[in-house]
Amino acid sequence: MAKKQGKQTYLMQQCLTVRAWAAVGSKKEGQGPLASGFDLIEPDSTFGQDSWEKAESRMVSLTVAKALSNAALTYEDIDCIFAGDLLNQCVGTTFGLRDSGIPLFGLYGACSTMAEGMLLASLLVDSQTVRRAMAVTSSHFCTAERQYRFPLEYGSVRPPSAQWTATASGAVVLEEGNQPPYLRAAAVGTVEDLGVTDQNNMGAAMAPAAAATLRRFFADTNTSPEQFDLIATGDLGAIGSQLLVELLQRDGIDIKSRHTDCGLLIYDRQKQDVHSGGSGCGCSASVLGSYLLPSLRDGKIRNLLFMPTGALLSPTTVQQKESIPGIAHLVWLSHEKEGIL
Amino acid sequence: MVKKASPPSKIAATLPGAFLIGGLICLLGQTLIDGYAALGVEQKFCPVAASCTLVALAALLTGLNVFDNIAKYAGAGTLVPITGFANAVAAPALEFKTEGMVLGVGAKMFLIAGPVIVYGVAAGVLYGLIIWLFGLY
Repeated sequence: MAKKQGKQTYLMQQCLTVRAWAAVGSKKEGQGPLASGFDLIEPDSTFGQDSWEKAESRMVSLTVAKALSNAALTYEDIDCIFAGDLLNQCVGTTFGLRDSGIPLFGLYGACSTMAEGMLLASLLVDSQTVRRAMAVTSSHFCTAERQYRFPLEYGSVRPPSAQWTATASGAVVLEEGNQPPYLRAAAVGTVEDLGVTDQNNMGAAMAPAAAATLRRFFADTNTSPEQFDLIATGDLGAIGSQLLVELLQRDGIDIKSRHTDCGLLIYDRQKQDVHSGGSGCGCSASVLGSYLLPSLRDGKIRNLLFMPTGALLSPTTVQQKESIPGIAHLVWLSHEKEGIL
Repeated sequence: MVKKASPPSKIAATLPGAFLIGGLICLLGQTLIDGYAALGVEQKFCPVAASCTLVALAALLTGLNVFDNIAKYAGAGTLVPITGFANAVAAPALEFKTEGMVLGVGAKMFLIAGPVIVYGVAAGVLYGLIIWLFGLY
């Protein structure tokens, strides 16, 4: 049973391992710097379907299938899956997992969902309630655009602070085991809102949530940024990342030298016209699967704080001029079974 | 703090594109007017014919997936003339095809252009009313 430490942090008591993972992307992700780490790049962003929603669902089922084949497991071996996406009523997930037969917990945490899923899955595995659990999230540029912004062919101009929703999906399989990467601890985020209302600047809206969770985790565990090689936020983009570093600096926490952002890793910002960087549930999940987890397995990264951030807005609240609350959940992944604490 | 970290659109870099392409569209419009006149179309119908051609052209380019790529460089250059309006109607019509002809294309077609039409017509009525009132005396 995981031990609650401090206000929001849970330390795993068993030796939890990420047994396998998978990352699936589309054309733009395939042109990005992490392309070689993806399990599957589908250059056709419709994934052979006749609607964008079906394309996203297809991507989810492909990712889960890929993670299972990487783990040499079948659908029956999975006790439950925690999954979510950005679409209304989470249809990307539910339609994608419709035929899998895996017991499903549907989640919505916007782009923070991957860590939320991993956190809940790890608590359940650590308590030995279930043997093996999965987490999967997805996002699709085309479904997100039509739900949150404008039709695809509309000639609107994106400001420099806007981010590009990744057409990508990532999945992990968690169980007790003896090979890295290990999942050591997790911290649940709180909803933070400093009053940013610009939906084209979501990095800025989410930075306070990331700062709050990180601050809390360091306090709860009595650790400091120097003890971790990398702190990877989800999709703050260039502007949000800068704000996060500045916010924490005010509290005397310096993460500048070890902070990176999945939204900055997935694309080449200079060449790929993505403005402030990538975003979406699938952005952090696929960066995790294509780059972070392999590096942890190989020991190139020894201790990683993985912290996807979510902007909790809906098109309705934006039209009603509400500010954009953010949330960030944190997962500590490690190449080592013990140490630091 | 947010404002300081968020760069504004680079006006110096985007302005020439908007000016050039916006200007080119206007030039095309004028050429069309003169062209129709040269073809023997009655003078007062020439601007209407030119507008129709521009709208059709913008809708066609939207359908061919070209318009949004031009707009990326042109910004307000393609937005301000009637080409932007045509694009605003054609884009959602294409996009929501998957939700069916009635609730998809039919209902969502004026998603962006709708407000312009509503307030355009309302303003037209208002001005008409004012002119009519002045005409009474």
